Amino acid sequence: MSNAAQPTAKTDERIKDISAFRKALIRPELGGIVGTIAVFTFFLLFAFDSGMFNSQGVMNWSTVSAQFMIIAVGACLLMIAGEFDLSVGSMIGFAGMMIAIFSVTYGWPVWLAIIITFVLCTAIGALNGWIVVRTGLPSFIVTLAFLFILRGFTIFLPQVIERKTIIGGIIDVSEGDWLAPVFGGKIFGGLFTWLADAGMIATFERGTKAGQPVVDGIPMLIVWAIILIIFGHVLLTKTKFGNWIFAAGGDAEAARNSGVPVNRVKILMFMFTAFCATVFAVCQVMEFGSAGADRGLLKEFEAIIAVVIGGALLTGGYGSVLGAALGALIFGVVQQGLFFAGVESSLFRVFLGVILLGAVILNTYIRRMITGER
Amino acid sequence: MTAETKFHHGDPLSDVKPIIEMRNIEKHFGRVIALAGVSFDVKPGECHCLLGDNGAGKSTFIKTMSGVHKPTAGEIYFEGKPLHFEDPRDAIAAGIATVHQHLAMIPMMSVSRNFFMGNEPTRKVAGLSFLDKKKADAITMEEMRKMGINLRGPDQAVGTLSGGERQTVAIARAVHFGAKILILDEPTSALGVRQTSNVLATIDRVRKQGVGVVFISHNVRHALAVGDRFTVLNRGKTLGTAKRGEISSEELQDLMAGGQELAQLEGSLGGTV
Repeated sequence: MSNAAQPTAKTDERIKDISAFRKALIRPELGGIVGTIAVFTFFLLFAFDSGMFNSQGVMNWSTVSAQFMIIAVGACLLMIAGEFDLSVGSMIGFAGMMIAIFSVTYGWPVWLAIIITFVLCTAIGALNGWIVVRTGLPSFIVTLAFLFILRGFTIFLPQVIERKTIIGGIIDVSEGDWLAPVFGGKIFGGLFTWLADAGMIATFERGTKAGQPVVDGIPMLIVWAIILIIFGHVLLTKTKFGNWIFAAGGDAEAARNSGVPVNRVKILMFMFTAFCATVFAVCQVMEFGSAGADRGLLKEFEAIIAVVIGGALLTGGYGSVLGAALGALIFGVVQQGLFFAGVESSLFRVFLGVILLGAVILNTYIRRMITGER
Repeated sequence: MTAETKFHHGDPLSDVKPIIEMRNIEKHFGRVIALAGVSFDVKPGECHCLLGDNGAGKSTFIKTMSGVHKPTAGEIYFEGKPLHFEDPRDAIAAGIATVHQHLAMIPMMSVSRNFFMGNEPTRKVAGLSFLDKKKADAITMEEMRKMGINLRGPDQAVGTLSGGERQTVAIARAVHFGAKILILDEPTSALGVRQTSNVLATIDRVRKQGVGVVFISHNVRHALAVGDRFTVLNRGKTLGTAKRGEISSEELQDLMAGGQELAQLEGSLGGTV
């Protein structure tokens, strides 16, 4: 019982020192950061004069990116928790249609229609999650079923009720409603008027709006995107629940052994994904003033692509909300930028495929460095 | 006092009461009798090795101890009082922690996040509860240093650690969260020589902190290196318990194999098993 106080501060010769720079670089978002820089460099070089970087252009691609961001945050957290939701696109169509039916057809106040739709859609998300954790089936299959079920109802209900597949007139009924502007309104209008008066941004030169700024405020869609990104990032990295999300996706069995309520975490993440899809739907309906049966088509894949570009692992347990947001930004900028640059729009897919592949290869390499996978 | 070895420093107190005592435990699965009367106890600060060949009933027995199975017959006393575990959570709450062979570590998560998984420290900021990462990181680094693992930082992923280090993290975690009994299920079976020696050193360290360690193995050499008492299971029965220094590796090996066949086999293998 002699050598009690052994020297403990010896260093392992097989752990290499890592420079602060390298350490700052090796993070899950690196793929997204590199992609963002690459995309912006590309468009600054090739589309600078096209109007892409004036106030109107910026607002254009920001809005499109924000749409992707809203659904990407939900998809990101769910993917880190180890599950997929393929019903996001159908959920967007379904939620929009429900609001239109409740408010226009049934004549309910718009705020009530919005709240009921949120409750209904998150409940469907919970049902998705409940079926997945109860049956142990892959979420891929369960949510694929809901992709068809929800889309089917979205086409069926308006045809039965209104004999058409697009319900309009939402702008009229939402006049004076207190909740509608939270999704369809714009903020900082005064700031933009001031900027226009100061000559910093362009104004309309003729027509009824002459003298008004071409960009008259920040759409609530962008505000929602920012709120959801901050919420998702803080939840994932700064809370106990975030640790459970990583654990549930990393190894559900190991997490259960340590007392993590894995099923609850997964169901809540399905609900959050449905919530994000509904936010998207409400913003879209308020913007267009109508709900269509084909809204949100293929959005689930766009969300998943943004998340994967952002560095999340498809099989769960690894990823970053900020990365997913950057992935969504890349997606939006490329989609709109190619239009500004005058590139044939079919090439968008080629460009997207190349970025997806490049980002995923880089992300895999980084992830292996961090986690020691082989 | 028995001789000190690389992995065994000092004897446990001999006159203390056992933390857990299991008497004549029987477990039947339908018509199969998995355990036919096993008695086993663990005292604080000792390493009690449970040895047995494949199919001897080791796994069934430790699952009974950790609350996964309810015994068909027999009594369990925990700190002197009779006890019935309804499920594994009861056992964990009572202070019986099991470190599984394929353990409860998530390779892609950092050591600090793994260490506190399910027991995250929180602090309140403006009424909201946030993860207290600073505290978690500091405790993790401290505990790892105690166990002789030098981390690059608390954010290092568990996947970058070796198998032995992962076992050590799992053990350190169990001890930190108040385990009185630590059940290690074949902790060395998949490890190399150096990693095995790390784990054995960890067991010795934990034992000296007053934790009762149950070390399940079918490797007699590993058991003899660190154990205080040795109980051999064969065909669902205890063949007896021996103290350190009272039994040789050949005798243990013999008991585990349940008789003479191994003696003959050993002769032909030249003492290599």
